[in-house]
Amino acid sequence: MGYLRAVSPFLGAIVLAFVMQFGVAPMFGAYYQKLLIDIGINIVLAVSLNLVNGFAGQFSIGHAAFMAVGGYAAGAITYYGSFHVFGDALVHHGQGDVLFLAATLVGGCVAAVAGWVVGLPSLRLKGDYLAIVTLGFGEIVRVLLQLTDDVMFKRADIEAASVGTLALALGGALGFGGLPFYTSIVWTYFFAFTLLVIAVRLKTSGEGRAFLSVRENEIAASAMGIDTTRYKVRAFVLAAFFAGIAGSLFAHEIGTTLNPRELGFQKSFDIVIMVVLGGMGSISGAVLAAIVLTLLPEFLREAASYRMIIYALLLISMMILRPQGLFGVREVWELYRRPKVSRPQVRPPGSLP
Amino acid sequence: MKLLLPVITLGLLALTGCSDKGSPAGAGPGSQAASKAPEATTIKIGEFGSMTGSEATFGQSTHNGILLALEEVNAAGGVNGKKVELKSYDDQGKSQEAGTVVTRLITEDKVVAILGEVASSLSLAGGRVAQQYGIPMISPSSTNPQVTAIGDMIFRVCFIDPYQGYVVAKFARENLKFSKVAVLYDQGQAYSKGLKDDFIKAFTEMGGTVTVEQSYTGGDQDFSAQLTTIKGTSPEAVFLPGYYTEAGNISLQAKKLGLIATMLGGDGWDSSKLAEIAGDAIEGAYYSNHYAAEDTRPEVQEFVKKYQAKYGSVPDGLAALGYDAARLLFDAMRRAPSLAGKDLAAAIASTKDFPAVTGVISIDAERNATKPAVVLQMKGGKPVYAATVEPRK
Repeated sequence: MGYLRAVSPFLGAIVLAFVMQFGVAPMFGAYYQKLLIDIGINIVLAVSLNLVNGFAGQFSIGHAAFMAVGGYAAGAITYYGSFHVFGDALVHHGQGDVLFLAATLVGGCVAAVAGWVVGLPSLRLKGDYLAIVTLGFGEIVRVLLQLTDDVMFKRADIEAASVGTLALALGGALGFGGLPFYTSIVWTYFFAFTLLVIAVRLKTSGEGRAFLSVRENEIAASAMGIDTTRYKVRAFVLAAFFAGIAGSLFAHEIGTTLNPRELGFQKSFDIVIMVVLGGMGSISGAVLAAIVLTLLPEFLREAASYRMIIYALLLISMMILRPQGLFGVREVWELYRRPKVSRPQVRPPGSLP
Repeated sequence: MKLLLPVITLGLLALTGCSDKGSPAGAGPGSQAASKAPEATTIKIGEFGSMTGSEATFGQSTHNGILLALEEVNAAGGVNGKKVELKSYDDQGKSQEAGTVVTRLITEDKVVAILGEVASSLSLAGGRVAQQYGIPMISPSSTNPQVTAIGDMIFRVCFIDPYQGYVVAKFARENLKFSKVAVLYDQGQAYSKGLKDDFIKAFTEMGGTVTVEQSYTGGDQDFSAQLTTIKGTSPEAVFLPGYYTEAGNISLQAKKLGLIATMLGGDGWDSSKLAEIAGDAIEGAYYSNHYAAEDTRPEVQEFVKKYQAKYGSVPDGLAALGYDAARLLFDAMRRAPSLAGKDLAAAIASTKDFPAVTGVISIDAERNATKPAVVLQMKGGKPVYAATVEPRK
């Protein structure tokens, strides 16, 4: 039974991912299929950031940096690995997908390590101070990536180069292009659904309650025997892992190039907006916000130069009408459940501590 | 408040729902133009550029140039009797947006060819999509060599970075009759290194001597050590293949050190900031560029006149390159047996001696443009047309 409970989310995620690929995707054209992938990646980003900003109540604005770390790590592995295994950087289904999966998991782990390194000293800080540290981390990552060397694209050069040289040949300011397009709807939604199961289970588990207690009142939580720093670091590491996964999915998507400038703080803010709009602490809210905020700018494309103005106005009006986000801290399935009298009403998370 | 949330949610679901339903039939929001114009009488081409964002001036100039070319071709009856229709999208200077809009242009708007982008990183992102779908793309002004290396569908009408090294070498050797030149380049920049390598190769082949090779890193402020070494070799000129900020600072410090030599550079110098930084220290220096509005060739003068009549300003290099890219595409469309990706790409690839504003263009085997470059000289704080350098044979 325990075994089944452990495996079932992955099985469910695989089934649902295949349903997305073969049931849902064929109804749309290639452009809308690409948007489906964008939505999936944004769901992973928003829900994972929600673990830190929503569950644990910390304010991180460096999520895109973890995404960049994971994306570059995974991208370097598939790109240079492909040259070693296949002799070129084209898509080779089968073996290539295995390489991509391995690279993605490694990318996630590298990002998780980065999350731990940043998290450990900085999570003793609170609120605005933590925000500044995460922002600073994001800028460090961006500048370091801009200083890397040009991507190599000749097989002979790559085979002659050492691992150290290859690890530094990440394209610099021009961006890391030329990665094989492995990201499919199946892969994207497999990771998205897996993360969703983890997040939902976490929210209702003892571990997750510890996260929430840190958010609600850190002093009270530590008085109850909760190691607040440890839980904050855990939230950070888990969020960074999935940000790294999202980075890898992003890196291998058709029509994207890893570019340090675009994975800077502006991208981080885009993710923060999704979390805030969905309601800090609401998983379904983050999902809905990710869907809406990915599709909205696309549907406004006809408005040409005015689209970003309209987009921003819509965001502002939504925040005025629903300052606690679309769902507040609740989930979509809890919307019409009246709060029990005994349960204390939580503070709207739109207001920072 | 109780009602508000369901209303918003339903509204958003309706928004996503209705537009999704329309997409398979090709009637999504992006293809409204398609239903208005009958397919048979128009040819659709796409453009992606940075109309907003930090490089907005690049995108807007290019767009103006393309629009001018489009107006002309339609006024003259279109291509093979069909009017050409342009679909433009803004990519905000972001590569992800570039990939998305190129996908949209190809799969929703069904364009036959794509024009764009200015920035090489964005051309790389969009170009890979175009290559994947087999739709030809012409970049007006992405000079990084990697762009056309994407594949056989990607072309450009500008020269590539290293080529300018040759241009400056030839100008220095043949026009200025220099034989001793020192080089000071930015080691952290592919652009600068590419120019330097090609310059040294060409200049030594033409019988010149490179006295010394020195380097700096972008952002450096003090160049006195390098300049002292250079001064010791007493060159007639110093080649500075970097950007205008460093070029300006180096010229200033060279003057202070009493290094008397002509400064030479590439299109990274092309900014009004150059004269602001260097003042009179940059007087008499030469740099290579894509085009000069003062060029006396009839194509240039006619283009400048038309552009000024339409937009009221002197066209910059990007506008000229946008205009050339569009006209070269129309020319290829006339010659192509059909507008299918492969035929059109073959027609573009076979372009020979096309009389464009930025010079006579031939497309080479690497899908790059072989064309002359212009050399400008700084006079009174302004760049002035000095010469045209023909490409190597």
